[in-house]
Amino acid sequence: MNRPWDDDERPPADDVPESDGEPGLQPDEPDEQGRPVGRRIVLGMLGLSALGIVFGKQLDDAQSNLLAPVVAHDPTGLSDLLPAVDRFRFYNVTDSEPLRTAATYKLTVGGLVDRPVTLTLADLQAMPQTSLIKDFQCVTGWRVPQVHWSGVALPDLLDYVGVQKGATALRFTSFDGTYTESLTLAQAQRRDVLVALQMLGAPVTRDHGGPVRLYVAPMYGYKSCKWLGGIELASKVTPGFWENEGYDVDA
Amino acid sequence: MRPPAELLRFTRGERWVHRATAILICVCLLTAAILYIDALSQLVGNRALVEWIHVICGIGLPVPALIGLGSKAFRKDARRLNRFTRNDWKWLRSRQRRDGTIPVGKFNAGQKLNASFQLGGILMMLSTGLVMRFANHWPVYLRTGATFVHDWMAYAILAVVLGHLWMANRDPDALRGMRTGYVRTSWARREHEVWANREVARAKAAQASTGGTGATDAG
Repeated sequence: MNRPWDDDERPPADDVPESDGEPGLQPDEPDEQGRPVGRRIVLGMLGLSALGIVFGKQLDDAQSNLLAPVVAHDPTGLSDLLPAVDRFRFYNVTDSEPLRTAATYKLTVGGLVDRPVTLTLADLQAMPQTSLIKDFQCVTGWRVPQVHWSGVALPDLLDYVGVQKGATALRFTSFDGTYTESLTLAQAQRRDVLVALQMLGAPVTRDHGGPVRLYVAPMYGYKSCKWLGGIELASKVTPGFWENEGYDVDA
Repeated sequence: MRPPAELLRFTRGERWVHRATAILICVCLLTAAILYIDALSQLVGNRALVEWIHVICGIGLPVPALIGLGSKAFRKDARRLNRFTRNDWKWLRSRQRRDGTIPVGKFNAGQKLNASFQLGGILMMLSTGLVMRFANHWPVYLRTGATFVHDWMAYAILAVVLGHLWMANRDPDALRGMRTGYVRTSWARREHEVWANREVARAKAAQASTGGTGATDAG
């Protein structure tokens, strides 16, 4: 065992390696002696990791504030490669990005409703719009503060189709054909849950899940289903895509 | 008695640990790029699958070295990498570190730093990665901190891995040592004098004790 407070250049006696017992050799290999600097580096880095986990949020905030003007005026987009820059990170669980244009987009609302409907983008645009400015928080830790969102508040849409008795949950499907999400009826009736048509002050882009995506302000980003294609009212919650991979259904 | 022409630098087990670790690091870096860089994410998609590969390889990264601990040669080299002698500090500070005036053991101080950094780096990535992957168990500020460390360390590890590859590529003998296990004695005497002298002495002693004729040149 090494004593870290032992400042002697010579290793303590119990640091001397054992002889490998071969004949004709001195017991000590000169390059096996010395202070265990490697171990100190490794332990130091582990300590740094723990400190980083606890205080990294502050560093992250400080760095993103510092870099905000640089990122805003960076024509190359290379600054997006830096950690802690306030930017959306692109997530897609299928082979390629699905494509629906403003002309081909359709949202089907069905299940336990009085009036199943299929809405075009124009239909959604004609409904009362709700705007809010809220953070987008990813479950893994990244966050984009103060994002402008606008679209049809989900409770308005639910009023429009009429929720039947017995419906307690919503199931969202993406037109990527794979992604699904879920909310309880109570969660879906919050006014900060949007069928979003606009984001960042412009129509939702294809990369961000456009032309229409879900935005669930009080919950983690994976709840905000991109490329929203269908909403189904059901009698119980069906865990969504990431929730089948171990994420919380209620988060 | 002539010295052997070649010396055994790395056993088969050690080379296996090195290769497995290298492959795992490369897969981690490659999948990291896909997960992190939007243009690549858009190209590849399949985030759940890419993430799964990344996490499996990341958790697997320390495994080859842990298995390697079963080998005496690996343990001995790990000890050599761990220990810094007075000459190591001199070597690091010296401008003439490459000319052989400061005798070097089996590993020079740069190689020791590289090994320590990579082990520490792997453990940092593992600890922060687990906080990110098993998200449900921690408050979100810890995950933001873990992501911050994980992202910056990924760049640091990439830089050190590229530096390691660059240094190795400049030295065919070093490359061959890791590929085949053997290095030329003349190279070893130049780059790792203390180690080479001991290995030569060891070989001669072994020859003497078995009554060897000194004609065995190859390793």
